[in-house]
Amino acid sequence: MTLSRIVPYLQATPLTLILAAFLVLPIATIVMVSFWDYDSIQIFPAFVFTNYEETITSPVTWSTYLNTLKYAGIVWALTLAIGFWVAYYLAFHIRSATMQMVLFLVCTIPFLTSNIIRMISWIPFLGRNGLLNQTLMTMGVIDQPLEFLLFSDFAVVLAMVHLYTLFMVTPIFNTLMRIDRALIEAARDAGASAFQILTNVIIPLAKPGIAIGSIFVVTLVMGDFITVRFMSGGQSASVGLMMANQIALLQYPAAAANAVILLALVLLMVAAILRIVNIRKEL
Amino acid sequence: MSQKITDRTGAAGATPGKAEVKGAWVSRRGLLKGAAALGGLAVGGQAVTGFPTVWAQNPITLRQFGTGVSNLNAIAEKCKADLGITLQMTALDSDAVSQRVVTQANSFDIADIEYWICKKVFAAGTLQPMDVAKIKYYDQIVPIFTTGKLTPDSKVAQGTAPNTVGFVEGPDSKTFAPAPTQWMTLIPTIYNADTLGIRPDLVGRPIKNWKDILDPAFKGKTSIINIPSIGIMDAAMICESAGIIKYGDKGNMTKAEIDTTIDFLIKTKKAGQFRAFWKTFDESVNLMASGEVVIQSMWSPAVAAVRSKGVPCVYQPLEEGYRAWGGGLGIARHLKGAQLDAAYEYINWYLSGWVGAYLNRQGYYSAVLSTAEKNMTPDEWAFWMLGQPAKADILSPEGKVMYTAGAVRDGGSFEERMGAVACWNSVMDEDRYMVRRWNEFIAA
Repeated sequence: MTLSRIVPYLQATPLTLILAAFLVLPIATIVMVSFWDYDSIQIFPAFVFTNYEETITSPVTWSTYLNTLKYAGIVWALTLAIGFWVAYYLAFHIRSATMQMVLFLVCTIPFLTSNIIRMISWIPFLGRNGLLNQTLMTMGVIDQPLEFLLFSDFAVVLAMVHLYTLFMVTPIFNTLMRIDRALIEAARDAGASAFQILTNVIIPLAKPGIAIGSIFVVTLVMGDFITVRFMSGGQSASVGLMMANQIALLQYPAAAANAVILLALVLLMVAAILRIVNIRKEL
Repeated sequence: MSQKITDRTGAAGATPGKAEVKGAWVSRRGLLKGAAALGGLAVGGQAVTGFPTVWAQNPITLRQFGTGVSNLNAIAEKCKADLGITLQMTALDSDAVSQRVVTQANSFDIADIEYWICKKVFAAGTLQPMDVAKIKYYDQIVPIFTTGKLTPDSKVAQGTAPNTVGFVEGPDSKTFAPAPTQWMTLIPTIYNADTLGIRPDLVGRPIKNWKDILDPAFKGKTSIINIPSIGIMDAAMICESAGIIKYGDKGNMTKAEIDTTIDFLIKTKKAGQFRAFWKTFDESVNLMASGEVVIQSMWSPAVAAVRSKGVPCVYQPLEEGYRAWGGGLGIARHLKGAQLDAAYEYINWYLSGWVGAYLNRQGYYSAVLSTAEKNMTPDEWAFWMLGQPAKADILSPEGKVMYTAGAVRDGGSFEERMGAVACWNSVMDEDRYMVRRWNEFIAA
């Protein structure tokens, strides 16, 4: 009797310990440090709210968060649109399972290289004297190089969509593959058009995958700093970049306060997504 | 974090994967060397010829870290050959360097840091001041680092001038002394005068002042460095040149001065004057070489790197003068006994000429000029230090042609360049405020 009550706890122990050591403890440390005080070289244990005050009252923080949310919104919409159709094509238009796996692996091939390399390779392509501008000018489409292509919001969004679409494709593909094909046949027999099948059958059933993909993309974009830095040429800010700057200047408590605020915001966003979609169905 | 770059036995090559990415140049060398050794191409023959000192019997390793400019593989090799001291070098950016000095005091023996970093970190007490009586060439160190004056009648430039943070009152003191004492915080090693780099083929007009970067003709084709403590100085040079503001001390601005500077930068940014902001050496090289920008903040080796791609690039002297920087070697507080002696010996060796000549040949300046001169050819000396036209091709320390015969160094002689320093890289009293405003500029 007692043994059978202890066993589940024992089984859960390893995971609990790992999460406590590598998730709870670091986050607790960050929360703690966010209340500390600092000068240009040291941080001191204290309990002050100045880090939060300075962060929240600064208009920079607000515009940076807005900018980051803007990126998150745009990238989410684009990755969802692209990711869904890629997954849809793979799941419903490719007949053989082998071919599906082959094509899915093809999608992952770019991920065999580091994401920094994938991102940086856009720079010579989009630059003022880059491949795209030169091609367009040789073709006579434009006579002045297009300046907005690189070091702009356009470049940031482009690189992020490139980097993160697969995170949308994978979970959506997964849910689409689980949809019972009989349901689609039934809908067709009942007289539904292709569009009605899509909106009334496929999309509702794909919601858990869309939600998981959205969580991936939103959290990745919210925490990103290197893409924003390289592709905007340092002209735009993101929350991650702001934190990186603070850490570089040894302002750990300010960075920690920022991290706590970001974490809270992202958790709220995830909670909102989970509120709309019950992803347990997926698991 | 580091790799034994002087190891000639092949051990370095056996674990090249462990090399820190930031020291890619070092690890590539290590890999090649290791591969050569493994391939049976015996490099051992030339290796261990004669250790002159006791360190051969009692091997000493010193862990040095610092910014990439002076963490040079060749110096570690020569040091091993001359002194038998193994130098393990780690190259980091200046922010990471400051963090490490403060937070990981036992992770290094020698810190190769800049003077403005010294101002920031020395109070943490992780470095020990050096007794100048043990520094053999102390008397010959360029006076910029001791009295602050290049010649007896020159003025001390604004900013964190090296002489203002070069000395402390005593061996345990953390407060900087206003005049030279027996206790030196850093032994100066390397310094230079920075200015704007330009693409002479693309600017289409002579560039004379810092304010020329604001010319509407260069809209969307300029860049400045996005390291706040250095970028703000370039910005200050630009603002003062453009007549926006006259600073009391560019290196230690008041809040109002910071506000005026940053507000002006934000306005300029919103008007689309800047193409990008760069943070690393190679970003600046790429911006310039690809023609994305035609005038920008630059470091002198970056200009050389652009030029080595066959792209014309000039390190343009400007009327308002240069923004200078300097670095030096500091000894970790925990060093004592034989290791401390070895550190002093290493520093004395550093100043004894071979390294100085090596640095001068890269376009930097060394702290003791007399010894460096003996290690350079008269033609090299005349080109690099006296600003005279090269009689023969000028080679880099690696033997690549940097300038062809007849070329003259941008900016001229040592006195012309270091004598025209307007301010030094610095850390301000209002540092925290400045960084906040700088972030605002970047986010704007």
